[in-house]
Amino acid sequence: MTTLAPEAVPDASRPGGADILSAGRKARRRRLFGMLGRYALLVFVLVISVGPFLWQISTSLKGPAENIFAFPPELIPADPTLGNYVAVMQSLPLVNYLTNSGYVSLLVVAGNCLFGAMAGYALARMRFRGREPLFAAMIATLVIPFEVIMISVFLVARDLNLINTLTGAALPIAVTVLSIFIMRQAFVTLHPELEEAGRVDGTNEWQLFWHVALPSARGSLAVVAIFSFMTAWDDFLWPLIVLRDPEKFTLTVGLVFLDGQFSADQRLIAAGTIIAIIPVLILFIALQKQFFRGVGEGAVKG
Amino acid sequence: MIGRRWYTPWLFLAPSLALLAVFMWWPVVNTAALSFTDTHTLRGGSFTGLENFRRIAGDSFFWNALGNTALFAIIVTPALVVLPLLVAILASAKLKGMTFFRVVFFSPVVASMVVAALIWGWMLRSDGLVNYVLDWLGVINEPLRWLSDPALVMVSVSIVTIWKGLGYYMVIYIAGLQNIPQDLYEAAALDGAGPIRRFWSITVPLMRPTMVLVGTLVVLNAVKVFTEAFVLTGGGPNRASETLVLYIYQRGFSGLELGYSSAMSLVLFVVVLGLTLLSQIVTRRRANP
Repeated sequence: MTTLAPEAVPDASRPGGADILSAGRKARRRRLFGMLGRYALLVFVLVISVGPFLWQISTSLKGPAENIFAFPPELIPADPTLGNYVAVMQSLPLVNYLTNSGYVSLLVVAGNCLFGAMAGYALARMRFRGREPLFAAMIATLVIPFEVIMISVFLVARDLNLINTLTGAALPIAVTVLSIFIMRQAFVTLHPELEEAGRVDGTNEWQLFWHVALPSARGSLAVVAIFSFMTAWDDFLWPLIVLRDPEKFTLTVGLVFLDGQFSADQRLIAAGTIIAIIPVLILFIALQKQFFRGVGEGAVKG
Repeated sequence: MIGRRWYTPWLFLAPSLALLAVFMWWPVVNTAALSFTDTHTLRGGSFTGLENFRRIAGDSFFWNALGNTALFAIIVTPALVVLPLLVAILASAKLKGMTFFRVVFFSPVVASMVVAALIWGWMLRSDGLVNYVLDWLGVINEPLRWLSDPALVMVSVSIVTIWKGLGYYMVIYIAGLQNIPQDLYEAAALDGAGPIRRFWSITVPLMRPTMVLVGTLVVLNAVKVFTEAFVLTGGGPNRASETLVLYIYQRGFSGLELGYSSAMSLVLFVVVLGLTLLSQIVTRRRANP
Protein backbone atom coordinates (compact mmCIF):
# COMPACT_ATOMS: atom_id res chain seq x y z
CA MET A 1 0.00 0.00 0.00
CA THR A 2 1.63 3.20 -1.08
CA THR A 3 -1.00 5.82 -0.55
CA LEU A 4 0.05 9.05 0.96
CA ALA A 5 3.67 7.98 1.10
CA PRO A 6 5.28 11.15 2.30
CA GLU A 7 7.46 11.88 -0.69
CA ALA A 8 10.10 13.73 1.21
CA VAL A 9 12.27 13.80 -1.88
CA PRO A 10 11.65 16.62 -4.26
CA ASP A 11 11.58 15.05 -7.65
CA ALA A 12 15.16 15.71 -8.62
CA SER A 13 14.67 15.15 -12.31
CA ARG A 14 17.81 16.31 -13.92
CA PRO A 15 17.70 18.16 -17.19
CA GLY A 16 18.38 16.00 -20.19
CA GLY A 17 17.45 12.40 -20.84
CA ALA A 18 18.38 10.21 -17.90
CA ASP A 19 19.57 6.80 -18.92
CA ILE A 20 17.77 3.68 -17.71
CA LEU A 21 20.36 2.95 -15.06
CA SER A 22 20.06 6.27 -13.28
CA ALA A 23 16.27 6.22 -13.63
CA GLY A 24 16.26 2.92 -11.78
CA ARG A 25 18.57 4.29 -9.14
CA LYS A 26 16.44 7.38 -8.83
CA ALA A 27 13.32 5.29 -8.32
CA ARG A 28 15.08 3.22 -5.72
CA ARG A 29 16.34 6.28 -3.89
CA ARG A 30 12.89 7.81 -4.09
CA ARG A 31 11.42 4.70 -2.53
CA LEU A 32 14.04 4.75 0.21
CA PHE A 33 13.27 8.35 1.09
CA GLY A 34 9.55 7.62 0.94
CA MET A 35 10.08 4.81 3.40
CA LEU A 36 12.19 6.94 5.71
CA GLY A 37 9.60 9.71 5.59
CA ARG A 38 6.94 7.19 6.48
CA TYR A 39 8.91 5.93 9.45
CA ALA A 40 9.50 9.52 10.54
CA LEU A 41 5.75 10.15 10.56
CA LEU A 42 5.12 6.86 12.38
CA VAL A 43 7.62 7.84 15.05
CA PHE A 44 5.90 11.23 15.36
CA VAL A 45 2.53 9.55 16.01
CA LEU A 46 4.30 7.18 18.39
CA VAL A 47 5.65 10.09 20.42
CA ILE A 48 2.16 11.58 20.69
CA SER A 49 0.67 8.20 21.68
CA VAL A 50 3.14 7.17 24.36
CA GLY A 51 4.68 10.51 25.29
CA PRO A 52 1.96 11.31 27.85
CA PHE A 53 2.41 7.87 29.46
CA LEU A 54 6.18 8.33 29.63
CA TRP A 55 5.82 11.78 31.17
CA GLN A 56 3.47 10.31 33.75
CA ILE A 57 5.95 7.54 34.52
CA SER A 58 8.72 10.12 34.77
CA THR A 59 6.68 12.19 37.22
CA SER A 60 5.88 9.10 39.27
CA LEU A 61 9.57 8.28 39.63
CA LYS A 62 10.63 11.69 40.92
CA GLY A 63 11.60 11.89 44.55
CA PRO A 64 10.20 14.43 47.01
CA ALA A 65 13.35 16.52 46.69
CA GLU A 66 12.88 16.96 42.98
CA ASN A 67 10.91 19.91 41.69
CA ILE A 68 8.20 18.46 39.44
CA PHE A 69 7.21 21.96 38.30
CA ALA A 70 10.71 22.77 37.07
CA PHE A 71 10.83 24.90 33.97
CA PRO A 72 12.19 23.60 31.66
CA PRO A 73 10.76 20.29 32.84
CA GLU A 74 13.11 17.48 33.67
CA LEU A 75 12.11 14.73 31.32
CA ILE A 76 14.21 12.11 33.05
CA PRO A 77 14.18 12.04 36.83
CA ALA A 78 17.55 13.02 38.25
CA ASP A 79 17.23 10.60 41.12
CA PRO A 80 14.59 8.01 40.21
CA THR A 81 12.81 6.30 43.08
CA LEU A 82 10.01 3.80 43.47
CA GLY A 83 9.09 5.50 46.72
CA ASN A 84 5.89 6.98 45.30
CA TYR A 85 4.64 3.54 44.34
CA VAL A 86 5.34 2.23 47.81
CA ALA A 87 3.72 5.31 49.33
CA VAL A 88 0.62 5.14 47.17
CA MET A 89 0.11 1.48 47.98
CA GLN A 90 0.66 2.00 51.70
CA SER A 91 -0.69 5.36 52.73
CA LEU A 92 -3.46 5.73 50.20
CA PRO A 93 -6.41 3.37 49.89
CA LEU A 94 -5.26 2.31 46.45
CA VAL A 95 -5.13 -1.39 47.30
CA ASN A 96 -8.69 -1.05 48.45
CA TYR A 97 -9.71 0.61 45.18
CA LEU A 98 -7.93 -2.11 43.19
CA THR A 99 -9.74 -4.84 45.11
CA ASN A 100 -13.08 -3.10 44.60
CA SER A 101 -12.51 -2.66 40.87
CA GLY A 102 -11.39 -6.27 40.61
CA TYR A 103 -14.52 -7.50 42.37
CA VAL A 104 -16.88 -5.41 40.24
CA SER A 105 -15.07 -6.44 37.04
CA LEU A 106 -15.24 -10.11 38.03
CA LEU A 107 -19.01 -9.93 38.55
CA VAL A 108 -19.50 -8.09 35.28
CA VAL A 109 -17.33 -10.47 33.24
CA ALA A 110 -19.01 -13.54 34.76
CA GLY A 111 -22.48 -12.09 34.20
CA ASN A 112 -21.90 -11.10 30.60
CA CYS A 113 -20.21 -14.37 29.66
CA LEU A 114 -22.68 -16.70 31.34
CA PHE A 115 -26.00 -14.86 31.03
CA GLY A 116 -25.06 -13.36 27.66
CA ALA A 117 -24.19 -16.79 26.29
CA MET A 118 -27.36 -18.37 27.70
CA ALA A 119 -29.59 -15.68 26.23
CA GLY A 120 -27.67 -15.66 22.95
CA TYR A 121 -28.00 -19.44 22.73
CA ALA A 122 -31.76 -19.35 23.27
CA LEU A 123 -32.19 -16.60 20.69
CA ALA A 124 -30.02 -18.35 18.13
CA ARG A 125 -30.82 -22.05 18.51
CA MET A 126 -34.33 -22.35 19.91
CA ARG A 127 -37.61 -21.62 18.25
CA PHE A 128 -40.27 -20.19 20.49
CA ARG A 129 -43.17 -17.80 20.42
CA GLY A 130 -42.14 -14.18 20.90
CA ARG A 131 -38.51 -14.68 19.93
CA GLU A 132 -38.44 -12.06 17.18
CA PRO A 133 -40.20 -9.27 19.11
CA LEU A 134 -37.98 -9.98 22.11
CA PHE A 135 -34.83 -9.72 20.06
CA ALA A 136 -36.13 -6.52 18.46
CA ALA A 137 -36.83 -5.05 21.91
CA MET A 138 -33.25 -5.80 22.89
CA ILE A 139 -31.72 -4.33 19.75
CA ALA A 140 -33.91 -1.23 20.07
CA THR A 141 -32.37 -0.42 23.45
CA LEU A 142 -28.92 -0.20 21.84
CA VAL A 143 -29.91 3.32 20.78
CA ILE A 144 -30.50 4.37 24.37
CA PRO A 145 -27.32 5.46 26.10
CA PHE A 146 -26.91 4.85 29.81
CA GLU A 147 -26.53 8.61 30.33
CA VAL A 148 -30.17 9.08 29.33
CA ILE A 149 -31.56 6.69 31.93
CA MET A 150 -29.03 7.18 34.73
CA ILE A 151 -31.47 9.07 36.96
CA SER A 152 -33.99 6.25 36.85
CA VAL A 153 -31.34 3.55 37.23
CA PHE A 154 -30.26 5.39 40.37
CA LEU A 155 -33.85 5.27 41.65
CA VAL A 156 -34.02 1.53 40.98
CA ALA A 157 -30.74 1.02 42.83
CA ARG A 158 -32.07 3.06 45.73
CA ASP A 159 -35.25 0.99 45.94
CA LEU A 160 -33.23 -2.22 45.86
CA ASN A 161 -30.87 -0.97 48.60
CA LEU A 162 -27.94 -1.14 46.24
CA ILE A 163 -26.63 2.36 46.91
CA ASN A 164 -23.05 2.32 48.17
CA THR A 165 -22.57 -1.38 47.36
CA LEU A 166 -20.16 -2.92 44.87
CA THR A 167 -22.91 -5.24 43.67
CA GLY A 168 -24.89 -2.12 42.84
CA ALA A 169 -21.94 -0.84 40.82
CA ALA A 170 -21.87 -4.11 38.85
CA LEU A 171 -25.51 -5.06 38.27
CA PRO A 172 -26.59 -2.50 35.64
CA ILE A 173 -23.80 -3.71 33.34
CA ALA A 174 -23.87 -7.36 34.48
CA VAL A 175 -25.37 -8.30 31.13
CA THR A 176 -25.46 -5.99 28.13
CA VAL A 177 -27.41 -6.29 24.93
CA LEU A 178 -24.13 -6.11 23.04
CA SER A 179 -22.86 -9.26 24.80
CA ILE A 180 -26.10 -11.10 24.05
CA PHE A 181 -25.88 -9.95 20.46
CA ILE A 182 -22.27 -11.09 19.99
CA MET A 183 -23.03 -14.50 21.52
CA ARG A 184 -26.15 -14.90 19.41
CA GLN A 185 -24.12 -14.24 16.27
CA ALA A 186 -21.61 -16.86 17.40
CA PHE A 187 -24.28 -19.52 17.95
CA VAL A 188 -26.18 -18.78 14.75
CA THR A 189 -23.19 -19.93 12.72
CA LEU A 190 -22.76 -23.09 14.78
CA HIS A 191 -22.84 -26.30 12.73
CA PRO A 192 -26.18 -28.08 13.18
CA GLU A 193 -24.39 -31.45 12.89
CA LEU A 194 -22.53 -30.72 16.09
CA GLU A 195 -25.81 -30.27 17.86
CA GLU A 196 -27.40 -33.31 16.24
CA ALA A 197 -24.44 -35.43 17.26
CA GLY A 198 -24.85 -34.28 20.84
CA ARG A 199 -28.58 -34.80 20.79
CA VAL A 200 -28.33 -38.45 19.82
CA ASP A 201 -27.34 -39.70 23.24
CA GLY A 202 -30.32 -38.00 24.82
CA THR A 203 -28.44 -35.12 26.40
CA ASN A 204 -30.65 -32.34 27.62
CA GLU A 205 -30.65 -28.79 26.38
CA TRP A 206 -28.40 -27.48 29.14
CA GLN A 207 -25.74 -30.15 28.56
CA LEU A 208 -25.91 -29.42 24.86
CA PHE A 209 -25.34 -25.74 25.56
CA TRP A 210 -22.61 -26.29 28.09
CA HIS A 211 -20.63 -29.12 26.48
CA VAL A 212 -21.23 -28.59 22.76
CA ALA A 213 -22.21 -25.02 21.94
CA LEU A 214 -20.20 -23.03 24.47
CA PRO A 215 -16.78 -24.60 23.75
CA SER A 216 -17.23 -23.93 20.05
CA ALA A 217 -17.93 -20.24 20.68
CA ARG A 218 -14.75 -19.68 22.68
CA GLY A 219 -13.53 -16.87 20.42
CA SER A 220 -16.65 -14.76 20.86
CA LEU A 221 -16.69 -15.55 24.55
CA ALA A 222 -13.18 -14.07 24.79
CA VAL A 223 -14.35 -10.92 23.03
CA VAL A 224 -17.29 -10.58 25.42
CA ALA A 225 -15.02 -11.19 28.40
CA ILE A 226 -12.48 -8.58 27.32
CA PHE A 227 -15.06 -5.97 26.49
CA SER A 228 -17.06 -6.40 29.65
CA PHE A 229 -13.85 -6.30 31.67
CA MET A 230 -12.82 -3.04 30.01
CA THR A 231 -16.30 -1.58 30.49
CA ALA A 232 -16.33 -2.45 34.16
CA TRP A 233 -12.71 -1.51 34.88
CA ASP A 234 -13.08 1.87 33.13
CA ASP A 235 -16.62 2.65 34.21
CA PHE A 236 -16.81 6.01 35.92
CA LEU A 237 -20.19 7.72 35.74
CA TRP A 238 -22.24 4.93 37.33
CA PRO A 239 -19.80 4.09 40.17
CA LEU A 240 -19.57 7.84 40.80
CA ILE A 241 -23.34 7.94 41.22
CA VAL A 242 -23.85 4.76 43.21
CA LEU A 243 -20.81 4.66 45.51
CA ARG A 244 -20.69 7.05 48.45
CA ASP A 245 -18.00 6.00 50.93
CA PRO A 246 -14.38 6.44 49.88
CA GLU A 247 -13.66 2.90 51.04
CA LYS A 248 -16.20 1.57 48.53
CA PHE A 249 -14.73 3.51 45.60
CA THR A 250 -13.53 1.73 42.50
CA LEU A 251 -10.21 2.70 40.97
CA THR A 252 -11.54 5.35 38.58
CA VAL A 253 -13.67 7.11 41.17
CA GLY A 254 -10.92 6.75 43.77
CA LEU A 255 -8.25 8.29 41.56
CA VAL A 256 -10.41 11.30 40.79
CA PHE A 257 -11.24 11.61 44.49
CA LEU A 258 -7.54 11.56 45.41
CA ASP A 259 -6.72 14.02 42.65
CA GLY A 260 -9.30 16.40 44.05
CA GLN A 261 -7.77 16.45 47.54
CA PHE A 262 -6.02 19.69 48.41
CA SER A 263 -2.98 17.81 49.60
CA ALA A 264 -2.78 15.87 46.34
CA ASP A 265 0.80 15.13 45.40
CA GLN A 266 1.15 14.78 41.63
CA ARG A 267 3.90 12.17 42.09
CA LEU A 268 1.49 9.93 43.98
CA ILE A 269 -1.37 10.53 41.53
CA ALA A 270 1.00 9.71 38.69
CA ALA A 271 2.05 6.49 40.40
CA GLY A 272 -1.64 5.67 40.98
CA THR A 273 -2.56 6.13 37.32
CA ILE A 274 0.35 3.93 36.22
CA ILE A 275 -0.77 1.20 38.63
CA ALA A 276 -4.30 1.55 37.25
CA ILE A 277 -3.13 1.05 33.67
CA ILE A 278 -0.92 -1.99 34.25
CA PRO A 279 -3.59 -4.74 34.50
CA VAL A 280 -5.38 -3.57 31.34
CA LEU A 281 -2.11 -3.11 29.49
CA ILE A 282 -0.97 -6.65 30.31
CA LEU A 283 -4.32 -7.99 29.18
CA PHE A 284 -4.09 -6.02 25.96
CA ILE A 285 -0.56 -7.11 25.10
CA ALA A 286 -1.43 -10.74 25.81
CA LEU A 287 -4.68 -10.69 23.81
CA GLN A 288 -4.11 -8.15 21.02
CA LYS A 289 -5.91 -10.20 18.41
CA GLN A 290 -9.12 -10.45 20.42
CA PHE A 291 -8.95 -6.73 21.21
CA PHE A 292 -8.72 -5.78 17.55
CA ARG A 293 -11.47 -8.26 16.69
CA GLY A 294 -13.60 -6.81 19.45
CA VAL A 295 -13.28 -3.32 18.00
CA GLY A 296 -14.71 -4.68 14.76
CA GLU A 297 -17.65 -6.36 16.47
CA GLY A 298 -18.27 -3.41 18.74
CA ALA A 299 -18.43 -1.13 15.72
CA VAL A 300 -21.23 -3.22 14.24
CA LYS A 301 -23.38 -1.91 17.03
CA GLY A 302 -23.19 1.63 15.63
CA MET B 1 -37.52 -30.98 19.44
CA ILE B 2 -37.02 -33.81 21.86
CA GLY B 3 -36.55 -33.30 25.56
CA ARG B 4 -37.52 -29.68 25.55
CA ARG B 5 -40.48 -28.02 27.16
CA TRP B 6 -42.03 -24.74 26.11
CA TYR B 7 -40.35 -22.91 28.95
CA THR B 8 -36.80 -24.11 28.25
CA PRO B 9 -35.85 -21.02 26.18
CA TRP B 10 -37.26 -18.78 28.88
CA LEU B 11 -35.08 -20.46 31.50
CA PHE B 12 -32.04 -19.66 29.38
CA LEU B 13 -33.25 -16.09 28.96
CA ALA B 14 -34.43 -15.49 32.51
CA PRO B 15 -31.28 -13.96 34.10
CA SER B 16 -30.71 -11.59 31.19
CA LEU B 17 -34.36 -10.60 30.96
CA ALA B 18 -34.54 -9.90 34.68
CA LEU B 19 -31.44 -7.66 34.57
CA LEU B 20 -32.50 -5.87 31.41
CA ALA B 21 -36.01 -5.30 32.72
CA VAL B 22 -34.85 -3.85 36.02
CA PHE B 23 -31.87 -1.82 34.79
CA MET B 24 -32.89 -0.95 31.26
CA TRP B 25 -36.52 -1.26 30.18
CA TRP B 26 -38.09 0.00 33.39
CA PRO B 27 -35.69 2.97 33.69
CA VAL B 28 -36.48 3.91 30.09
CA VAL B 29 -40.21 4.02 30.86
CA ASN B 30 -39.61 5.73 34.17
CA THR B 31 -37.37 8.41 32.65
CA ALA B 32 -40.13 9.35 30.25
CA ALA B 33 -42.69 9.36 33.07
CA LEU B 34 -40.54 11.44 35.45
CA SER B 35 -40.02 14.05 32.74
CA PHE B 36 -43.57 15.23 33.25
CA THR B 37 -43.29 15.54 37.03
CA ASP B 38 -41.49 17.76 39.53
CA THR B 39 -40.03 14.78 41.40
CA HIS B 40 -37.36 15.67 43.94
CA THR B 41 -35.05 13.24 45.76
CA LEU B 42 -36.28 14.17 49.21
CA ARG B 43 -39.98 14.50 48.45
CA GLY B 44 -42.23 12.91 45.90
CA GLY B 45 -43.53 14.68 42.89
CA SER B 46 -46.67 15.36 41.03
CA PHE B 47 -47.63 15.59 37.42
CA THR B 48 -46.75 18.98 35.98
CA GLY B 49 -47.34 18.41 32.29
CA LEU B 50 -44.93 20.20 30.01
CA GLU B 51 -43.66 22.51 32.76
CA ASN B 52 -40.15 20.96 32.76
CA PHE B 53 -39.78 21.46 29.04
CA ARG B 54 -40.96 25.06 29.32
CA ARG B 55 -38.32 25.52 31.98
CA ILE B 56 -35.63 23.93 29.80
CA ALA B 57 -36.46 26.37 26.99
CA GLY B 58 -35.70 29.28 29.31
CA ASP B 59 -32.77 27.72 31.18
CA SER B 60 -29.62 29.52 30.06
CA PHE B 61 -27.41 26.92 31.79
CA PHE B 62 -29.05 24.22 29.70
CA TRP B 63 -28.38 26.11 26.48
CA ASN B 64 -24.84 26.80 27.61
CA ALA B 65 -24.32 23.06 28.21
CA LEU B 66 -25.88 22.18 24.88
CA GLY B 67 -23.64 24.74 23.16
CA ASN B 68 -20.52 23.35 24.84
CA THR B 69 -21.51 19.83 23.82
CA ALA B 70 -22.10 20.95 20.24
CA LEU B 71 -18.75 22.74 20.16
CA PHE B 72 -17.07 19.59 21.47
CA ALA B 73 -18.77 17.48 18.78
CA ILE B 74 -17.75 19.97 16.10
CA ILE B 75 -14.09 19.81 17.15
CA VAL B 76 -13.90 16.09 17.80
CA THR B 77 -15.83 14.71 14.82
CA PRO B 78 -13.70 15.98 11.91
CA ALA B 79 -10.54 15.25 13.89
CA LEU B 80 -11.52 11.67 14.66
CA VAL B 81 -12.80 10.98 11.16
CA VAL B 82 -9.66 12.24 9.40
CA LEU B 83 -6.67 11.69 11.71
CA PRO B 84 -7.25 7.97 12.37
CA LEU B 85 -7.61 7.41 8.61
CA LEU B 86 -4.23 9.02 7.99
CA VAL B 87 -2.66 7.02 10.79
CA ALA B 88 -4.29 3.84 9.49
CA ILE B 89 -2.81 4.46 6.06
CA LEU B 90 0.61 5.00 7.63
CA ALA B 91 0.30 1.86 9.72
CA SER B 92 -0.86 -0.41 6.93
CA ALA B 93 2.33 -0.07 4.94
CA LYS B 94 4.00 -3.34 4.08
CA LEU B 95 7.05 -2.45 6.09
CA LYS B 96 8.78 -3.90 9.11
CA GLY B 97 7.43 -3.11 12.56
CA MET B 98 3.85 -2.22 11.64
CA THR B 99 2.35 -4.57 14.23
CA PHE B 100 4.47 -2.84 16.85
CA PHE B 101 3.27 0.59 15.75
CA ARG B 102 -0.37 -0.49 15.70
CA VAL B 103 -0.15 -1.93 19.19
CA VAL B 104 1.50 1.24 20.48
CA PHE B 105 -1.02 3.53 18.75
CA PHE B 106 -3.83 1.50 20.31
CA SER B 107 -2.43 1.74 23.83
CA PRO B 108 -4.23 4.99 24.80
CA VAL B 109 -7.50 3.18 24.02
CA VAL B 110 -6.96 0.65 26.78
CA ALA B 111 -6.20 3.31 29.38
CA SER B 112 -9.45 4.36 31.03
CA MET B 113 -10.85 7.78 30.26
CA VAL B 114 -10.25 8.80 33.87
CA VAL B 115 -6.56 7.96 33.57
CA ALA B 116 -6.33 9.74 30.21
CA ALA B 117 -7.93 12.85 31.66
CA LEU B 118 -5.67 12.80 34.74
CA ILE B 119 -2.56 12.44 32.54
CA TRP B 120 -3.61 15.33 30.31
CA GLY B 121 -4.75 17.44 33.22
CA TRP B 122 -1.20 17.23 34.51
CA MET B 123 0.29 18.09 31.12
CA LEU B 124 -2.14 20.91 30.30
CA ARG B 125 -1.48 22.96 33.41
CA SER B 126 -0.25 26.40 32.45
CA ASP B 127 3.18 25.38 33.82
CA GLY B 128 2.84 21.93 32.26
CA LEU B 129 4.62 19.98 29.58
CA VAL B 130 2.36 20.98 26.67
CA ASN B 131 3.04 24.67 27.10
CA TYR B 132 6.73 23.96 27.48
CA VAL B 133 6.88 21.96 24.25
CA LEU B 134 4.87 24.58 22.34
CA ASP B 135 7.11 27.31 23.70
CA TRP B 136 10.22 25.33 22.78
CA LEU B 137 8.91 24.88 19.25
CA GLY B 138 8.27 28.61 19.06
CA VAL B 139 4.52 28.20 18.58
CA ILE B 140 3.55 30.32 21.58
CA ASN B 141 5.18 33.21 23.40
CA GLU B 142 3.40 32.97 26.69
CA PRO B 143 1.83 29.95 28.34
CA LEU B 144 -1.75 29.15 27.28
CA ARG B 145 -4.26 28.74 30.09
CA TRP B 146 -5.60 25.45 28.77
CA LEU B 147 -7.76 24.68 31.78
CA SER B 148 -8.82 28.13 32.93
CA ASP B 149 -9.36 30.09 29.74
CA PRO B 150 -13.08 29.77 28.82
CA ALA B 151 -12.23 30.04 25.13
CA LEU B 152 -9.74 27.18 25.26
CA VAL B 153 -11.17 24.77 27.76
CA MET B 154 -13.39 22.78 25.36
CA VAL B 155 -10.36 22.39 23.10
CA SER B 156 -8.49 20.86 26.03
CA VAL B 157 -11.35 18.46 26.70
CA SER B 158 -11.35 17.54 23.00
CA ILE B 159 -7.61 16.83 23.05
CA VAL B 160 -8.14 14.09 25.63
CA THR B 161 -10.93 12.51 23.58
CA ILE B 162 -8.97 12.67 20.34
CA TRP B 163 -5.81 11.26 21.92
CA LYS B 164 -7.69 8.36 23.47
CA GLY B 165 -9.90 7.66 20.44
CA LEU B 166 -7.26 7.77 17.70
CA GLY B 167 -6.15 4.15 18.00
CA TYR B 168 -9.68 2.80 18.24
CA TYR B 169 -10.87 4.35 14.98
CA MET B 170 -7.51 3.52 13.38
CA VAL B 171 -8.30 -0.18 13.87
CA ILE B 172 -11.69 0.23 12.19
CA TYR B 173 -10.03 2.01 9.25
CA ILE B 174 -7.28 -0.60 8.90
CA ALA B 175 -9.97 -3.26 8.49
CA GLY B 176 -11.60 -1.13 5.79
CA LEU B 177 -8.33 -0.40 3.99
CA GLN B 178 -7.61 -4.11 3.65
CA ASN B 179 -10.68 -4.42 1.42
CA ILE B 180 -9.32 -2.01 -1.20
CA PRO B 181 -7.82 -4.04 -4.06
CA GLN B 182 -4.08 -3.36 -4.36
CA ASP B 183 -4.12 -3.37 -8.17
CA LEU B 184 -6.17 -0.16 -8.13
CA TYR B 185 -3.21 1.63 -6.60
CA GLU B 186 -0.75 -0.08 -8.90
CA ALA B 187 -2.77 0.85 -11.97
CA ALA B 188 -3.07 4.45 -10.78
CA ALA B 189 0.65 4.62 -10.08
CA LEU B 190 1.38 3.36 -13.60
CA ASP B 191 -0.86 6.11 -14.94
CA GLY B 192 1.37 8.55 -13.13
CA ALA B 193 -0.95 9.40 -10.22
CA GLY B 194 1.06 10.61 -7.23
CA PRO B 195 0.36 9.56 -3.64
CA ILE B 196 -1.92 12.52 -2.92
CA ARG B 197 -3.88 11.96 -6.11
CA ARG B 198 -4.21 8.26 -5.27
CA PHE B 199 -5.43 9.16 -1.79
CA TRP B 200 -8.17 11.46 -3.11
CA SER B 201 -9.29 9.34 -6.04
CA ILE B 202 -9.05 5.84 -4.60
CA THR B 203 -8.78 5.79 -0.82
CA VAL B 204 -11.32 8.48 0.01
CA PRO B 205 -14.15 7.31 -2.28
CA LEU B 206 -13.72 3.66 -1.34
CA MET B 207 -13.41 4.43 2.36
CA ARG B 208 -16.45 6.70 2.44
CA PRO B 209 -18.78 4.11 4.04
CA THR B 210 -16.22 3.47 6.78
CA MET B 211 -15.82 7.21 7.28
CA VAL B 212 -19.58 7.58 7.69
CA LEU B 213 -19.55 4.73 10.22
CA VAL B 214 -16.68 6.29 12.18
CA GLY B 215 -18.32 9.72 12.01
CA THR B 216 -21.52 8.25 13.42
CA LEU B 217 -19.73 6.52 16.29
CA VAL B 218 -17.77 9.68 17.12
CA VAL B 219 -20.79 11.99 17.09
CA LEU B 220 -22.92 9.64 19.18
CA ASN B 221 -20.15 9.37 21.75
CA ALA B 222 -19.51 13.10 21.63
CA VAL B 223 -23.03 14.11 22.66
CA LYS B 224 -22.66 11.89 25.76
CA VAL B 225 -19.32 13.39 26.81
CA PHE B 226 -18.94 13.46 30.57
CA THR B 227 -15.82 11.91 32.08
CA GLU B 228 -13.23 14.00 30.22
CA ALA B 229 -14.87 17.27 31.24
CA PHE B 230 -15.67 16.14 34.78
CA VAL B 231 -12.13 15.01 35.53
CA LEU B 232 -10.26 17.72 33.64
CA THR B 233 -12.15 20.82 34.71
CA GLY B 234 -15.28 19.78 36.59
CA GLY B 235 -17.20 21.85 34.05
CA GLY B 236 -15.36 25.06 34.80
CA PRO B 237 -14.22 27.73 34.62
CA ASN B 238 -17.60 29.28 35.20
CA ARG B 239 -19.46 26.49 33.32
CA ALA B 240 -17.34 27.02 30.20
CA SER B 241 -16.84 23.25 29.86
CA GLU B 242 -20.10 22.08 31.37
CA THR B 243 -21.49 19.50 28.95
CA LEU B 244 -25.07 18.33 28.69
CA VAL B 245 -24.55 15.11 30.65
CA LEU B 246 -22.51 17.00 33.23
CA TYR B 247 -25.36 19.46 33.71
CA ILE B 248 -27.92 16.64 33.94
CA TYR B 249 -25.69 14.94 36.50
CA GLN B 250 -25.38 18.14 38.54
CA ARG B 251 -29.08 18.88 38.50
CA GLY B 252 -30.01 15.29 39.28
CA PHE B 253 -27.47 14.35 41.91
CA SER B 254 -26.41 17.64 43.45
CA GLY B 255 -29.59 19.61 42.80
CA LEU B 256 -31.74 16.53 43.54
CA GLU B 257 -34.19 17.61 40.85
CA LEU B 258 -35.00 14.20 39.41
CA GLY B 259 -37.98 15.29 37.34
CA TYR B 260 -36.21 18.19 35.72
CA SER B 261 -33.04 16.23 34.98
CA SER B 262 -35.14 13.38 33.53
CA ALA B 263 -36.74 15.88 31.17
CA MET B 264 -33.28 17.02 30.07
CA SER B 265 -32.30 13.36 29.62
CA LEU B 266 -35.25 13.00 27.31
CA VAL B 267 -33.99 15.94 25.28
CA LEU B 268 -30.57 14.27 25.16
CA PHE B 269 -32.25 11.12 23.91
CA VAL B 270 -34.04 13.03 21.17
CA VAL B 271 -30.67 14.45 20.09
CA VAL B 272 -29.11 10.96 20.05
CA LEU B 273 -32.07 9.53 18.16
CA GLY B 274 -32.00 12.37 15.63
CA LEU B 275 -28.30 11.85 14.99
CA THR B 276 -28.79 8.08 14.67
CA LEU B 277 -31.54 8.56 12.09
CA LEU B 278 -29.43 11.14 10.26
CA SER B 279 -26.54 8.69 10.02
CA GLN B 280 -28.91 6.00 8.72
CA ILE B 281 -30.07 8.36 5.98
CA VAL B 282 -26.50 9.28 5.04
CA THR B 283 -25.51 5.60 4.99
CA ARG B 284 -28.47 4.68 2.77
CA ARG B 285 -27.84 7.51 0.35
CA ARG B 286 -24.19 6.52 0.05
CA ALA B 287 -25.20 2.93 -0.59
CA ASN B 288 -27.53 3.71 -3.51
CA PRO B 289 -26.77 7.09 -5.02
